[in-house]
Amino acid sequence: MVGIALGRACVLLGASASVIILTAALAGGAELASDREIIHVLNRLAFGPTPEELQYVKSIGVERYIAEQLKPDSIPEPIELRSRLAPLETLKLDPVQLRQLYGPLPSLRGFKPNVDAEKAQRERARLVLHDAAEARILRALLSRRQLQEVLVDFWFNHFNVFSGKGLDDVWIGNYEQRAIRPFALGRFRDLLFATTKHPAMLVYLDNTLSTAPGSPGARGRQKGLNENFAREVMELHTLGADGGYTQEDVITLARILTGWRVNPPDARAYPEHGAVFEGARHDYSRKVFLGHEMKSRGKAEGEEALDILARSPKTARHIAFELAQYFVADDPPAAFVDRLAARFIDTDGDIPEVLKTLFTSREFWENVDRKYKTPYQFVVSAVRAAGVPVGNVRPLLVAMDQLGMPLYGCLTPDGYSNTEDAWLGPDATTRRIGFATALAQGDLPLYGANGTGSAHHVDAARLQALLGPTLTEATRQAVIEAPPGLRAALLLGSPDFMRR
Amino acid sequence: MIVRRRELLKAPAATLLSLGPDAWAAAAEGGPRRLIVILLRGAVDGLSIIIPYAEEAYYRERSSIAIAPPGKPDGALALDGHFALHPALAGLMPLWEKGELAFVHAAGSPDPTRSHFDAQLYLENGTPGQSTTRDGWMNRLLLALPGPRGATDAISVGPTLPRILTGKAAVATLPLGPGGARPLPIDQPDVGAAFDRLYSSDDALGRSYREGRAARTQLIAALAAERQIADNGAPPPTGFPGQAARLAALIRRQPGIRLIALGLGGWDTHVNQGNQTGQLAQHLRPLGEGLAALARGASEVWRDTIVVVLSEFGRTVRENGNGGTDHGHGNVIWLLGGAINGGRIYGDWPGLASPQLYQRRDLAVTTDFRTVLAVILERHMRLADLQLDTVLPGAPPVSLELAHAVRA
Repeated sequence: MVGIALGRACVLLGASASVIILTAALAGGAELASDREIIHVLNRLAFGPTPEELQYVKSIGVERYIAEQLKPDSIPEPIELRSRLAPLETLKLDPVQLRQLYGPLPSLRGFKPNVDAEKAQRERARLVLHDAAEARILRALLSRRQLQEVLVDFWFNHFNVFSGKGLDDVWIGNYEQRAIRPFALGRFRDLLFATTKHPAMLVYLDNTLSTAPGSPGARGRQKGLNENFAREVMELHTLGADGGYTQEDVITLARILTGWRVNPPDARAYPEHGAVFEGARHDYSRKVFLGHEMKSRGKAEGEEALDILARSPKTARHIAFELAQYFVADDPPAAFVDRLAARFIDTDGDIPEVLKTLFTSREFWENVDRKYKTPYQFVVSAVRAAGVPVGNVRPLLVAMDQLGMPLYGCLTPDGYSNTEDAWLGPDATTRRIGFATALAQGDLPLYGANGTGSAHHVDAARLQALLGPTLTEATRQAVIEAPPGLRAALLLGSPDFMRR
Repeated sequence: MIVRRRELLKAPAATLLSLGPDAWAAAAEGGPRRLIVILLRGAVDGLSIIIPYAEEAYYRERSSIAIAPPGKPDGALALDGHFALHPALAGLMPLWEKGELAFVHAAGSPDPTRSHFDAQLYLENGTPGQSTTRDGWMNRLLLALPGPRGATDAISVGPTLPRILTGKAAVATLPLGPGGARPLPIDQPDVGAAFDRLYSSDDALGRSYREGRAARTQLIAALAAERQIADNGAPPPTGFPGQAARLAALIRRQPGIRLIALGLGGWDTHVNQGNQTGQLAQHLRPLGEGLAALARGASEVWRDTIVVVLSEFGRTVRENGNGGTDHGHGNVIWLLGGAINGGRIYGDWPGLASPQLYQRRDLAVTTDFRTVLAVILERHMRLADLQLDTVLPGAPPVSLELAHAVRA
């Protein structure tokens, strides 16, 4: 194994300060990791540095920090995070309970609920989405399982669902908690199974309605196939757009997955389950999918198909590319992607094993500050670096919204991109600066439960000490020469802080 | 009749004049020409927009989502003996009657993909089948337009830059929501001065910063001034009609804006698409109202404006098992503006009978979307052949019929 970050020295190549290579990190020497190297690790495995985290990595070493982060269950969560999550009651409910408590009101003996009652119910349902968003932001800010939270961002976008479709506003938090986070550092196959079977995904990509034509369960609006999920699961979740499947494969997979549905509210069978397989809607005919003669029938056939997809080399390449793009560079070298894909295949999609290869690669250590932060990463990392207490997450959600990345608000199944060409633009820069300035000057209503507490100015000297190793000479000079009251704003709004 | 673009340009003047007798005179007096591109992301169902009501197959394949023919209650609005407009788009009928609205049916991409994301990429990079083209054709167009370029010659509506406008030339991004003109900290002189210094470098971030500052100064001032006059205390309209009204005010006050791109989502109707009412109708209505508001509000600059509305591909002819439609192929392209020879439907209609369909399921593509754009670029934006090849490399030749759609 290549030694990780056990050296000093940032080498500047040519005149461009943005090309920094942490060469010593690869040498495997016995020196201590530099602050610059630690910040690189915290920029990629975490949502940026905090003074505490920097000290911690310094004390245990980069190699051990990475090993710890790859086993999140072994890391205790801070009491502050646990006490902030505890009162969010709706996080504890399962999809069936969420629908009962916050879903549309049922008709009683054929009478529809009145308009005011329905409106009040929709108001109440907004609490669920807010709890989910609050929990997500608090975890990103405070969790010591930072890599897990980074991967929640990564996998959520890979398996995106949209809060604006059907009941997904009340299910999306459960989807994140039950289908994404537990498997973020697990096996890819388990992620694929969990997301495919979750009611939020079944609704979002319409598989819940897809029905074998002419089957006993076909009636009304559920009388035939729907290709939506079958296409996207191959294009986006597994094989990739160039994965070699045909329109015929899309239709065959849709037929295979007929009957995988959300359990209706009045179900007699498995009433406690959010999602079920309904055999009456399934297509039991013989099928050839991606050249495989399907062996099983019914529910098992869908699982067989998902296994074929999870184990395809095309999937390995697709996931390897996305991980390399997220953690290393917008255009990762093909040979590097191939190496990650090979690791994916060798370990049967063991995500920590693939990441271990990634984090010990030359490519990881050579591409420093090359990734432009997404709005989510920018906002979260700014608040972490600023070290201000957050009682009210709403101003952070508003900022993400204005920057074009509303949390749980990506309409399309491809999720949010994490590349520079998707996010860097004139309006992005002026608005990020606006957010940085308001945060630094204590103008965001972040304090107290409703944002009514007193304002915290961000301490510029403390911030400069933290971010110092990442700053270019030009930034350093501009900050020194600026009025003291603006220095923290300049640091958080600097070109250096826009990248990770 | 198919002619090569080059031949069209070289044709005797009389041929060109016959396409629009007043064209040259009007152009000489007009202001800067502009193009607004509206992308309907998610693949809108074109067969519900321009309805082939005379085709028996249309009603046979769409038992629950077909739109009733003209003359029936809530029926489609007849455009000719074969096609009719979705009734939710009634707001556009005055433009059709004035000859400022046209459609090109069975248009689309030569690439067969049914992936939203690949198809949108090709629509935006202008090179179907080639995903390696990184810049957008509207950015290449901006580079090809003559004259000095300013920070607000091209505008993307929304907080981020879509692929279609990505590239070397500077483009402004402008959220056009009701709060788009609200001041930001950067507008305060001391904050602005400090950040000006911090972002003085000549790299991607420095450039985006300066473009953002320049755009804010020009665009926000125009929007704020307009708001005070137009609102008169009333709450600003929301949704697309509100955006379109603000967009109209912007181009009237800043006629130097040459290119605008805007994306609208929510068209991926796999379930419960509806017919004359329902989900799709609810999305089409504000689109039609907004386009009508844009035409009205643009007033004297409408003459120099073309709006093209397009989507990555069409949807299946046959409705699926859930009252929706799945990913298809051919679609309809909308053309609006004072410079459009409207009131007619262009393109070769391939028909909806099974053997006429693409892969026996989708409307075939008989007009490459690039040729529709090429006509606009050549005749409206005045691009020469060579430049056209840099903007839309490999675009097929334009038919004389289609060339007629745009007044020179």
